[in-house]
Amino acid sequence: MAIAFRFRRIDTPAAPVVNWLYEGNALTACEGDTVAAALLASGIDYTRTTPVNNTPRAPFCMMGTCFDCLMDIDGVPNQQACQMVVTEGMVVRRMLGARDSGHE
Amino acid sequence: MSDHPQLVIIGAGPAGLAAASVANEHNINTVVLDDQPASGGQIYRGIDSSSDKLRGILGASYTKGRALLPNAQPSGSVTWIHCALVWQVDPDGTVYYTCNSGSRSVKANHVILATGAQERPMPFPGWTLPGVMTAGAVQIALKSSALIPDGKLVLAGSGPLLYLLAVQVLKAGGGVSALVDTTPRANSIRSISSLPGMFKAGALLRDGLGLLVEMRKRKIKRYRYATDLEAVGKSQLTGLRFSSGGREHEQDCQVLAVHNGVVPNVQISRQLGLMHDWQDVQRCWHPQRSDITQTALPWLQIAGDGGGILGAEASELQGQLAAYSVAAIIQTENTATISQNKERARKALLPLQSARPFIDILYAPSDEFLNPSDKTIVCRCEEVTAGEIRHFVAMGCTGPNQTKAFGRPGMGPCQGRYCGLTVSEIIARERAVSMQEVGYYRIRPPIKPIMLADIAALPEDN
Repeated sequence: MAIAFRFRRIDTPAAPVVNWLYEGNALTACEGDTVAAALLASGIDYTRTTPVNNTPRAPFCMMGTCFDCLMDIDGVPNQQACQMVVTEGMVVRRMLGARDSGHE
Repeated sequence: MSDHPQLVIIGAGPAGLAAASVANEHNINTVVLDDQPASGGQIYRGIDSSSDKLRGILGASYTKGRALLPNAQPSGSVTWIHCALVWQVDPDGTVYYTCNSGSRSVKANHVILATGAQERPMPFPGWTLPGVMTAGAVQIALKSSALIPDGKLVLAGSGPLLYLLAVQVLKAGGGVSALVDTTPRANSIRSISSLPGMFKAGALLRDGLGLLVEMRKRKIKRYRYATDLEAVGKSQLTGLRFSSGGREHEQDCQVLAVHNGVVPNVQISRQLGLMHDWQDVQRCWHPQRSDITQTALPWLQIAGDGGGILGAEASELQGQLAAYSVAAIIQTENTATISQNKERARKALLPLQSARPFIDILYAPSDEFLNPSDKTIVCRCEEVTAGEIRHFVAMGCTGPNQTKAFGRPGMGPCQGRYCGLTVSEIIARERAVSMQEVGYYRIRPPIKPIMLADIAALPEDN
């Protein structure tokens, strides 16, 4: 998993640890973290590529307005990673390019 | 929870919290819908869970938000629903939302819309690169998860938030490589005549000057009157290129926090088809209101920055004012106290309003970001450039809704939140007509992407 940028905690976190999976990698987060915050803390390169030109994107607004952090969360696509709190065992995947409709 | 409360409050920032407190005080049967996991909105985000250390870093302007919580708590009369995404409001006041337990609707006789502000779109080449974030986003990571950028951070743009964030990151033990201020030189001169109004809001002035002193004390490298911003990097941000002082500069960074002021979040007021007025200095739209918070729909009031940017303190007062107005209609007793309280809130708003012209003129956005260069992506979702919008106009496209047919701007998941203002600005300039004439995107429900199953899951009587 490539890491291009990362955030760090200002303190040793007091909140309990939550275990979750990002692209098959086991990661930990702090209870109360949104998926986007947990990703920043773990270090990321991008969270999706666009359906139009396949360009990479990462969290931009962190408040639910830009939709750049849309991800596949527990099998449901197009979830706002900055609006969803990480839960134990959560499975998060990137979304790459346009969705395949299954038709030619 | 009653399916037919007397009042629905949408949003739990300062305006929503203050309105909920008044609802408690007057036993108004109320439902508060908030899209965040906890109260506070963006300005007071994480206010209930933040550590003492974090509060110390964020400072008094953040910590004072705690005072809003006790009186706004859930009670016999006030029900809170967090993580509730409101995706439609009907002309009769029915509010549709999706939360953990599925989709619901709620209809009350009164609705207070307190959905606040969002960052003004700040398009420049490279602003879609991973690692470029809004200053608000970096601050949210700090407020809600005690996170700061690890590695090189550059801040760029205009407005007090950039300075506040720089100081907060340093206090938290992080580093700031540079602050690149794009506020045009001409703004300072233009704003001088409005300075007296600023003195009426002493606390605001003191906070602002305090930040400048802190900046100097902490020796943050600052570039002023910067232009020609470009985020550098192929698939990842590696630096910021810009001009300042007649020279070109390049600052390495892994995170670039950009900010160009905030604008009202008008998604719901637009979706309802309310009239909006163009504000020439702030370069944004205000939903039409009378008597401070009342809209043209008798059941709907708008409180806080969603009606026009005045800041947290004014939002709180407007939230009170709106809820007291509801109380005055519902209640037959305490009428004298209610009107006294309304009058008090109204008076307290005045000095905050008189400070605005100075702030608005001093931090008026630079033309570079209102009318960006051809190669700049304007619509982040559909990746439409400013040059393409200009080309659409040359082909005969006259307004923002028509551009959708030409090239899909505004049709991605953000529904124009980060391109709507820019697309209209470009069209107005190309056609040499007013913004009022050009108008804005028609906003249609659902205003949040939801699944068909969410709509299908609505109880049948909906």
